[in-house]
Amino acid sequence: MDAVARLVASRLSAFLHTLRDNGFAIGLSEGQDAATLMASSLVQKPGLLRSAFKHLFSARKSEWDRFDGLFDSFWLNKRVRSRSLTSGSSKAANSPSLKSLQDSSAAHSSPQTVTDQVPSSDDTPQEAGGEGRSEGASRVHNLPDVDFRKLSDPDQIAQAHEAAARLAKAMQTRLTRRDRLRQRGERLDLRRTIHRNISHGGVPITLVKRRRKDKPLRLVVLLDASGSMSMYTAVFLRFIHGVLDEFREAEAFLFHTRLAYVSDAMKEKDAARALDRLSMMAQGAGGGTQIGESLQTFNRWHAARVIHSRTCVMIVSDGYETGDAVLLGREMAQLTRRCRRIVWLNPMLGWEGYAPEAKGIQAALPHVDLYAPAHTLASLAALEPYLARL
Amino acid sequence: MKTRDQIAQSLANAGYIADTELATAISLMQLLRRPLLLEGEAGVGKTEVAKALASVHATELIRLQCYEGLDQAQALYEWNYQRQLLAIEAHRGHADQIEDQIFSEKYLLERPLLAAIRRTVPPVLLIDEIDRADDEFEAFLLELLSDFQVSIPELGTINATSIPHVVLTSNGTRELSDALRRRCLYHYVDYPDVDREARIILARIVGASASLSLQIARLVESLRKEELRKVPGVAETLDWAAALVGLDVRDLADAPEVVHETLMCLLKTQEDRARVTREVSARLLGKVA
Repeated sequence: MDAVARLVASRLSAFLHTLRDNGFAIGLSEGQDAATLMASSLVQKPGLLRSAFKHLFSARKSEWDRFDGLFDSFWLNKRVRSRSLTSGSSKAANSPSLKSLQDSSAAHSSPQTVTDQVPSSDDTPQEAGGEGRSEGASRVHNLPDVDFRKLSDPDQIAQAHEAAARLAKAMQTRLTRRDRLRQRGERLDLRRTIHRNISHGGVPITLVKRRRKDKPLRLVVLLDASGSMSMYTAVFLRFIHGVLDEFREAEAFLFHTRLAYVSDAMKEKDAARALDRLSMMAQGAGGGTQIGESLQTFNRWHAARVIHSRTCVMIVSDGYETGDAVLLGREMAQLTRRCRRIVWLNPMLGWEGYAPEAKGIQAALPHVDLYAPAHTLASLAALEPYLARL
Repeated sequence: MKTRDQIAQSLANAGYIADTELATAISLMQLLRRPLLLEGEAGVGKTEVAKALASVHATELIRLQCYEGLDQAQALYEWNYQRQLLAIEAHRGHADQIEDQIFSEKYLLERPLLAAIRRTVPPVLLIDEIDRADDEFEAFLLELLSDFQVSIPELGTINATSIPHVVLTSNGTRELSDALRRRCLYHYVDYPDVDREARIILARIVGASASLSLQIARLVESLRKEELRKVPGVAETLDWAAALVGLDVRDLADAPEVVHETLMCLLKTQEDRARVTREVSARLLGKVA
């Protein structure tokens, strides 16, 4: 291999790294194919190479749209918006709610993943998370009834997060077990029956039956990440992380002034990295909550894809709408027509003396199937029997 | 192997007006021997790509339409049970020969996937709306697409005589697995721009003049920007163009009444129909004509 070829190879592998850092799923075979492409006569102009690489490396619409910018900035040294390149931690510093999320997540993640991202504003030693985990099993029992707001000790917060993730797991196992019981078929499958009975000379002795395939329950969570919810978002994010990890079908969205699709980012195994990726997506946090507009975006662009006949939409929000409450009502009505159930979780419902007077809640309530408090783990756990019946 | 420009040319000859990147994608399919995954809104012409590809390579198009519950028996192969039973009845008493006989090629029903790998000339295999099939089928497909061989327990392994050009399409009703996505080249088919859509109308609709095509394309373009539940695709545009030509419209500006009444070709829900009132259609018409 001559010097030029070696240089090209090393640049190519650096490019693959950049793509991987930006969430592209790229394996070894793609790398080989890319090398084939660079050696082929097909590619002589940068424009053609870009187009070829774009087809090879992107796997979904979001990647398809981002690819050109990444390619140009890497190979042609053009400046693109920093969002797609930097790790986004500077962005997080501007948005108060997400910064606080990162800080609280620092308490329960391994030290090396967070040292370079999180300005450690809480002076907890990093090992605290480890301790919390090891003794969590006994202490977690007295946690459920404490309001998330009143958890101040990072130790306790870590436990609450663990418990939220565990709760999500428990829900899933119980929901699937229920499904497995229904195994008897209703209709006869004639073709299969004949096939099975060829060995009996065609006399139908064993019957083959057909049953309708059960669709697993799909959970779509829309989480309000605005300033007024900042006390609760961290715990719910952890809950969503658990749900996405364990449920066969679940999708998650985050909204404040606009809606962001976060399932992909949240599927990251490491919770701290997941939050880091989230902060990249959240722009313009902390300027009120536009629930109606976010729902409109959801209905228009995402609903057809993520909602099927056995879908439960779970909205977690305090209902303080700064936008148009009429719009919210209309969008809620449209959402009702699509999905099976809408659950609205309002952490403030657990407060003493709280009455749902925010105009957003007033507009949305007529369309909600279950309106429940969600300020403690116990109240989250109480949802499970309801979900199981869907 | 054809070059990129030749491909673009033969796509045009086949009546498919492609954007420049699609020709690149097709030449990559040949070079890297990977399947092509097409995504995009309903009605942007994903299936048409496969048909055009078949005519580029001058070969047969084999289509597998996916749906929920699709399984191996409908996609790959199945034994012809009725015929097997008849054979058993007819040869009663010669049990030793009958067994070899009824599990031979003669009793095998080829389904699209098996058919695609047993042609002498590589065909185009279109796996349409893969997102409608179940996860299990997707996994099975992944195996087939990497090895191109099928094992039939009674008959042994069947190797591909030729590797088909595989095109998958997806509407995004379900998220596809990363493994399948990684295996494929990806192309996002977007709504065509005004110029390309006008050329599509011109190529497909007999009797459409260049100026009318451009007007239609512009109007559809601005209609897509309205708040609609179901955005009209290229197929709808073609329907509408055919309707207008059929009604002998030469210039949209001359026939605002006809334009409004034929908008049903483009608007497919009652809600959208109600939203585009006479005023709206007049406004849209004012912009283009």
